[in-house]
Amino acid sequence: MSILVYTETDQGKFKKGAFEVASYGKAVADQIGCDVFAVSFNANSPESLGTYGVSKVLNTSYEGSFDAKLFADAIKQAALQVGAKVVIVSSSADSRFLSPLLAISLDAGYATNVVALPSNLSPFTVKRAVFTNKAFSYTEITSDVKLIGVSNNAFGLVENSVACSVEAFDVSFSAPGVQVESVDKASDKVTIADADVVVSGGRGLKGPENWHMIEDLAQVLGAATACSKPVSDMGWRPHSEHVGQTGKPVASNLYIAIGVSGAIQHLAGINSSKVKVVINSDPEAPFFKAADYGIVGDAFEVVPTLIEKLKAFKADA
Amino acid sequence: MRILVCISHVPDTTSKINFVEGDTKFDTNGVQYIINPNDEFGLTRAMWFKEKNGATVDVINVGGPETETTLRKTLAIGADAAIRINTAALEASQVAKEIANVVQQGNYDLIIAGRESIDYNGGMVPGMIAALCDMSYVNNCVGLEIVGDKATAIREIDGGKETVSATLPLIVGGQKGLVEESDLKIPNMRGIMMARKKPLNVLEPQGSGTSSNTLNFEKPAPKGEVKLVSPENIDQLIDLLHNEAKVI
Ligand SMILES: Cc1cc2nc3c(=O)[nH]c(=O)nc-3n(C[C@H](O)[C@H](O)[C@H](O)COP(=O)(O)OP(=O)(O)OC[C@H]3O[C@@H](n4cnc5c(N)ncnc54)[C@H](O)[C@@H]3O)c2cc1C
Repeated sequence: MSILVYTETDQGKFKKGAFEVASYGKAVADQIGCDVFAVSFNANSPESLGTYGVSKVLNTSYEGSFDAKLFADAIKQAALQVGAKVVIVSSSADSRFLSPLLAISLDAGYATNVVALPSNLSPFTVKRAVFTNKAFSYTEITSDVKLIGVSNNAFGLVENSVACSVEAFDVSFSAPGVQVESVDKASDKVTIADADVVVSGGRGLKGPENWHMIEDLAQVLGAATACSKPVSDMGWRPHSEHVGQTGKPVASNLYIAIGVSGAIQHLAGINSSKVKVVINSDPEAPFFKAADYGIVGDAFEVVPTLIEKLKAFKADA
Repeated sequence: MRILVCISHVPDTTSKINFVEGDTKFDTNGVQYIINPNDEFGLTRAMWFKEKNGATVDVINVGGPETETTLRKTLAIGADAAIRINTAALEASQVAKEIANVVQQGNYDLIIAGRESIDYNGGMVPGMIAALCDMSYVNNCVGLEIVGDKATAIREIDGGKETVSATLPLIVGGQKGLVEESDLKIPNMRGIMMARKKPLNVLEPQGSGTSSNTLNFEKPAPKGEVKLVSPENIDQLIDLLHNEAKVI
């Protein structure tokens, strides 16, 4: 009996989500009284997972690009090898892509958007965010093997050092499911999924030419940039920045919304951010009901001042 | 080319989310239902293939009779035939198994589902169908072209996009980008009239088992009041974010 976490890498480096699933896995293992194993592809320093409670890493070398089918199949082999009864994955785009395949091949019940440790081990019950963060459900997983997708940033990183051994994992790789033709990825930008801080702009910014304010603010804070749906529909910003119920979910520590009214569909997608700040000229904007901090004011005056003051604050720190 | 579009029947995005029967059931009282937005983008893309590639488009839903209004709407938008599997949708693997059964018998070249439904947000039905039918599969699909039996799909990844190619049959988990918002088709009068004559076939379920079940629901704790800061006093905001919220 053990727990297996799939710890994702990007060019050999563990993603933040990898440390989060390891931290979560260790906490579940402590509830159950068992060990945590990890499976990774081409990790540069697999032993670093020991900091988060992983006692053994099955690290495979694989030269090709990500492929959901091939990765799911390899993770399945790792799960069988260590006799995992609970398998834990993150909510990254790739993990969410491969996990339904893994669920079927392991005959495992799969719960996504899990926001807390299991509330009960028998029956095995997890708390999930549903109705796009407007509610939670307590879901019982009834299968023998359980697959849990931890919501981004829901558990955080918890250090818990243990001795960690690394095993070269010999997998028989299956044929890839699709052929990757090209990848277009900005390597220097923080992604919305990984960001601690997200700065988001709405229609109140009047046009794409004013987005330098959002970008400058994001840069000072090391934040990712996002936008409301109409902003992406009008082509002011790329669709990949659209957040909300029909866009990307945001679960950052800090979400700053500028010139965004706070429509129910927008709020649904960003509600699991821990601290929300709104800057809007209309004191009646619904966002003020959802925010922790707010400034009623003109973004074109407030944001440049905020950027200057934050620069000074960061320089002092 | 034969296309199957999976349609989830979900509460309108502005619905109040409440629960009844000791918080074990969603309160449908006063709730309007819509085509799941992610599925709507896929349906419109399917209409595009119907015009350009001469495809036939079936839609499928696993659900009770109450979902037929949503299925009729997809027929009014232009789907050729609808299938309803007559059983309550309990969880993803059950829904995926019921749909996979139809896929295997229906000789489909392309299955378009939504990345996730906006009610239970499982995000696993398309992937599970792919696994059950051993088909090529692309999730978070924001672009799809088909020439002959070759598909080129664009997948949104964290921080960018990836272009992949695959041979049909293929299943995609779609979202906005498959078509633009402004291209979404709305039923017109003629479509609504024609939809009445199109087939809506009700099939009995094969009785797929479940691997999870919902015990009860909970609403988020009510939020406290917003703390307002004067635009003249931005220092106070920085101080609050640093010392109180500890996020910068
Ligand atoms: C099915 C469906 C799904 C949807 N999904 C999403 C989704 O995923 N994400 C999403 O964002 N929306 C979604 N929407 C759209 C949503 O209903 C709103 O229309 C949208 O969020 C509004 O965007 P906005 O806040 O940028 O624009 P607006 O609502 O126009 O708000 C602009 C705000 O800017 C403020 N403002 C104007 N000038 C200034 C200034 N100088 N300084 C400061 N503030 C200023 C105004 O007071 C106003 O509050 C969806 C809608 C539907 C029907």
